[in-house]
Parts: sequence; structure tokens; C-alpha cells
Amino acid sequence: MSKKKPDVETTGHEWDGIEELNNPLPRWWLYTFYLTIIWGIGYTIAFPAWPMISGASEGLLGYSTRAEVAADIAAVDARNADVIATLASADLSTLSRDDPAYHFGVAGGAAVFRANCSQCHGSGAQGAMGYPNLLDDDWLWGGTLSEIEYTVRHGIRNETDWDAHYSEMPAFAEILSEEEQAAVVEYVLALSGQDHDAAVFGTGAALYADQCASCHGDAGLGDKFLGAPNLTDAIWLYGGSREAVAYTVANARFGVMPAWGQRLEEDEIKAVTLYLHQLGGGE
Amino acid sequence: MSDASNQSLYAPREPIYPKTVSGPFRTLKWRIMIATLAVYYITPWIRWDRGPQLPDQAVLVDLAGRRFYWFWIEIWPHEFYFVAGLLIMAGVGLFLFTSALGRVWCGYACPQTVWTDLFLLVERRVEGDRNAQIKLARAPWSLRKARLRGTKWGIWLLIALCTGGAWVFYFADAPTLARELVTLNAAPVAYSTIGILTATTFIFGGFMREQVCIYMCPWPRIQAAMMDDDTLTVAYRDWRGEPRGKKRVETAGDCIDCMACVNVCPMGIDIRDGQQMACITCALCIDACDDIMKKIGKPRGLVDYLALSDEPREREGMAPRPYWKHVLRPRTMIYTALWSLCGVALVFALFIRAEIDVTVAPIRNPQFVTLSDGSIRNAYDIRLRNKHGEDRPFRIRAAGDLALRAELEGTPYETVTVTANETRLQRVYLVAPRGSDPAEADVTDIRFWIEDLASGERVHADSIFNGRALR
Ligand code: SF4
Ligand code: SF4
Repeated sequence: MSKKKPDVETTGHEWDGIEELNNPLPRWWLYTFYLTIIWGIGYTIAFPAWPMISGASEGLLGYSTRAEVAADIAAVDARNADVIATLASADLSTLSRDDPAYHFGVAGGAAVFRANCSQCHGSGAQGAMGYPNLLDDDWLWGGTLSEIEYTVRHGIRNETDWDAHYSEMPAFAEILSEEEQAAVVEYVLALSGQDHDAAVFGTGAALYADQCASCHGDAGLGDKFLGAPNLTDAIWLYGGSREAVAYTVANARFGVMPAWGQRLEEDEIKAVTLYLHQLGGGE
Repeated sequence: MSDASNQSLYAPREPIYPKTVSGPFRTLKWRIMIATLAVYYITPWIRWDRGPQLPDQAVLVDLAGRRFYWFWIEIWPHEFYFVAGLLIMAGVGLFLFTSALGRVWCGYACPQTVWTDLFLLVERRVEGDRNAQIKLARAPWSLRKARLRGTKWGIWLLIALCTGGAWVFYFADAPTLARELVTLNAAPVAYSTIGILTATTFIFGGFMREQVCIYMCPWPRIQAAMMDDDTLTVAYRDWRGEPRGKKRVETAGDCIDCMACVNVCPMGIDIRDGQQMACITCALCIDACDDIMKKIGKPRGLVDYLALSDEPREREGMAPRPYWKHVLRPRTMIYTALWSLCGVALVFALFIRAEIDVTVAPIRNPQFVTLSDGSIRNAYDIRLRNKHGEDRPFRIRAAGDLALRAELEGTPYETVTVTANETRLQRVYLVAPRGSDPAEADVTDIRFWIEDLASGERVHADSIFNGRALR
């Protein structure tokens, strides 16, 4: 290897014998740099860029991200117009699972559910105390597609829709004595196969037949037409413990659900119905 | 000391007119050029029968279908680690070659080098060799100059167009796309890709050449870290050549300062100045100097592939150590080991991957559901990928506690059909009756078995079942 000094020109700068080599950048590099500057200025003129007191300069091309998003949404809507129309006019019970409208409905229904229903029924539709779990196989007002659709559309015990489901349990604290209430509670616990006090079983059974069977049925199986819960299963909207049942018997409890038919589009109601039905509890 | 005031900080490009040279390295370079160009242009046209509904192109990047086909191998998006692995191998391979042989990638196989070489070939055919080119460049514009320049640029443009044109064939069925391109029916993105690649090929190969290698490419700045004194690289044996001179005096070295090595260099450098960032180790200067040495009756190898660590031995008149002793050293062996490890892992991964692919995602919101009869139900989203070229029925079963019963959403059967080359999302429920172990425990291990009913192939995926005691 050659050990001599490289014959590169110096810039003429020298400090204590240390010289600065002149390795000039290529000229095209400089021109490229100028070009990017010109491009940058042009860009800020053509597109919104300069911050103003309110907003930014508009740009000569009139470009706007909002307008672009709006156009995108309009394009998507236009593309989905057919399937939305199919869905809105569909008879859900005969809608095939292979129909694109079915998949569109399930996916769209999930979004409708998240926006409108999850506040009460939970983001996973698992419900909460007083708000039914929509994943299980117990439906107060029926879990077929048309029953779910009806419930979504008209709601429950609201005052805005005359077609809303309506049922009301009396508060038995005003009707029965404390001992009588306690006996009924034991009978209800017995119905659902839980530990109970056998001593008052007979009294409870007689009181049940008198007071409760008209809605909940002789065997306690409930009545979906009346919205009366099944008392023999393991699902309790307000809890199935002795204390919870006693409170319910004494005070009666029932929730309210809005009539979504007044707030959602037809296709949204159908969509959320499809979504709910395929969650695993649909009948 | 030069006058600082009249120096520009920005230098115009010094045109380089590399002289034709012939020799073993030049021949090797021609062969590699033919091979690499052939691979590039021909690959998309190789057909490969994969059965119905699948593309019959051997190498295809299907962006829309999100698949990558390479002969018998098909890569799905979730297997992108194959591509990542190949990139790592390419990187480590580059380290290996650079540490052993310097910038051989740059000198022989880099697209910039290959296309520049091709452009130089055209230039020589049209305008003549170095001297004729210099003369033409200095001459004022005339009809002849315009004709020669026009021809040269025209051929360059044609090559550039073919280069850009070939690229898009990797992304669509080549014969179909070719027909669409000619009939002006192809997608706009195809035309714009061709346009951009044509422009860059034309400018980079025709006008920027060594500027790309020196100023735009990051590799020359990194490669120094890969090289050490044992790296075999193109160098000048100054202990043999110096002092150089045209006059042959007794004490003179072997270099006759004929500038042949400088004139052939496509990077426009003088290798006698020592190792330089710009040198791409293309070895054309070796061919040129060997030719001169033969003419003046001296042994070849004044400019040669050599390791700098041999300098002291050679100064004492000893023979350099054999090449393999330089090549086999810890550094290259570590790179080789890394490279092979990566390769073996990829091949292994290729062999163990199943034709059906399953992922199971337990639904955690809610973790379980109590049903009216008191049984506990968990839900799972099972994603089935069918890589066979035809629709396949799959049977889904759960193994684990006997109490668990599987139900498929939307079908009364255990079997679902997955369309050819599609992914299907299937909701599956597992139900444990009231009082059974899984229903009362907190978690129970379970395994889903997915059997391809057509081939009998079985894969499994493990998950857990949440019971009442959870929380
Ligand atoms: S110095 Fe020699 S090896 Fe290096 S680029 Fe020039 S011709 Fe190629
Ligand atoms: S080709 Fe060989 S002899 Fe001629 S200048 Fe280069 S090193 Fe010296």
C-alpha cells in the first residue's frame, strides 16, 4: 500500500499543520437539493400547509382530507347500496347464511351493537345484573330472529312505543305477609334445584299456585309471551340467591329498553338482530 | 497550497470513459452479466402447474391475493417470516462475501454494475472505444455526433424500458399482463411502475453510473466494517511496482506508469493510490495490468486480488499465503455458521408447516357463559386456512375432558368446508354440563383436532376452557 499523502486538494485551511481536504460534493447533489426546495414551496402552495390563525392555508388544488374521507364514505355507501337495500327489506327468517347480506348484517350489526347496546348489555353482550346476557340460551321475550327483531324495534316497558313488550310483576310485600313471602322464596329455590327449607315447601307451593303460576306457569317454566322468566333454570337476571330472590319477590324488579325502531334505520335493526342471533343464544 | 477562493464546494461530474479490456476477470464478468440478466428477464415467464384456481406462474408476488409463489413453495401473509429469513440470509451472505472477497457483490452482481456494464457495451458499439468517445465528447455538435448520441440514447432507452417492463411481470400473470400492456388495458400502476423504472434505469445506468455507487449507495460506507487485512481484495503491489516510471532504470519497480489500470476502471480511480471507498473490486484493472506485464515480460499480478496481511512476507520475497488461509478465518466462519443456521431453520420451517393451518382464539369477553341448564359454555374463533388448491371438508373436534362437547356455530355438523386457498373463521362452542370437572374448575386444558377429511391429515391447536371457579 502506498504510504504517501493522498493527492487531494486542500481547502487552504490549516491549523497546527492539520489541513482540511477538499472533497467537494457532486454538483447534481446540490441541484437535487434545490429541486427539493422548489418542490417543497410548490407543494405548500398547492396543498393546505401554512398555519393560519384559524385553520390552515387552503392550497390552490383545494384538497381536503375531510372531503376525501367524505368521498370515501360515499363511495363505500354506494358500493353497499344493494346489499343494504336487500337487508332492509329481507325477511330474516328466510335469509340464507350464504347471502352476502347475511355477512354484511352480522358485521354491521356488531358495530350497531357497540354503538347503541353495549352500554347496558356489555361490549361482549354478556349483560350484567338487571341487563340480560344475550349470549345464553334463555330469552325472556323469545330468541328467534323475528322475536329478537320485535324486541329491538319496540323495546320493553317504554312509553314511546305502544307495541313495546310490557309486563309488570306485583310487589308482593304489599300482598303477602313476611312468612308467606319467605315460603314462596323457598319454593322458588326448590324449583331451580337449589337448597331450600323443606318445612315450608308445601305452604310455598300453595302460595305459588295462587299468586305466581298465572304468569310463571304451574311448573315455573315462565312464559315468553308475557315475558315471565323461567324460574327452573340456572339463569337469574337479578340473582338467584335466597336474598336476591326474596328482594325480587318483595319489591318486584323490571328493566326498560328503548324502542330502537324510532332511532335506527331499518337495515340497522335487521343487522343488529342478525348479530345477536348468531352470538350463540339464538333459538 | 491552492487558492481557496476559486474552488467550488460542488464539483461537476468528471466523465469517465472506461477502456475495453479482456482477460479472465472480464470474461467472468460477462458470464455473470448474461446469467443475472437472463434470470431477471426469463423468471416471470416460467410456468408452474399448481392445479386449478391457482396461478401457473413459477415466481409470482400476488399482492391482491396476498400470496407469494416460488415454484413449489407458497407463502401466505402469516408466513412472512420466510421472507424476513431470506432477507437476513441475504444480509449475512453479503457480510460473508465482503469479509472474504471485498466488494465482489458490487463488482459482479449488483444490478447497478450489471446494467451500467450493459450500457457501456452499447456505448462502445456505437461510439467506439475510449479515445473515440473522448474525441466525440469534445467535438462540437454535428450531424454525426447527433446521430451517434441519438442511437446510443435510443438503445439505452429500449433497454431501460425492457428493464422496467420485466419488473411488473413478477406481480401479475406475465402473458396476460403482456397482452394488456400492448392493448393499453393494463392497470395504471403497471404503466407508472414501468415509467419510473425506465427513467431510473436510463438515468442511473447511462448518466450517473459510478455516482450511484459512491454517493447514493450506503454499502460502500458500511463495507469497510466487514473487511480486515485478511480480506482478499483488488490491490496494487507497490513494493513490487514502485518507484514507477516510463524510463526503465535498474532500481525501478515493475510499474511502467502506462495508466492502463486507470483507463479501464469504471469508477475512474487509480488503484495504485491504495484501497479506496469507490473501488468495486471488479478486477478489470488486474486484467489490464496483467496484459501489460505480459507485453513487457514480467510476471503477472502487479495488480491482483491479495490480502494486505501478506505484504510483509512478500516484501521479503516470500510467496503469499494460499487463498484458503485468508478465506478460512474466524470471521468468515462465524458468518457462514450464522448463514447456515438461518438456512437450516428456514428449510426446517418449510418442512414442518402443514397444508392446513389453524389458529384458535378463545373469546375472552365474556370468559364463559352460563346456560339455562347450568352448563358452562366457552366460545372460540377458529381460523382455518386451506392451502390446498381445492375445497376441503374439515372436521373440528375437541379433545381433553370427556365432559366437553363441541358445537359449531351455524351448522348442526362437526364438519365445515373451507374454500380452496381461503381462510374461514368458524365460531366453535364448548359446553361442559353442570357439575362436570371442567364446568366447576377454573381452567382446563383442551386441544382442538382439525382433520382434513379428504387427506386424513390432522393438525391440532391447544387452548383452555374457563370454568365457573374462574374469577
Ligand atoms: S480500481 Fe480496479 S477493481 Fe477497483 S473499480 Fe477500478 S477497475 Fe475495478
Ligand atoms: S497497468 Fe500496471 S503497469 Fe500500467 S500503470 Fe497500472 S499498475 Fe502500472
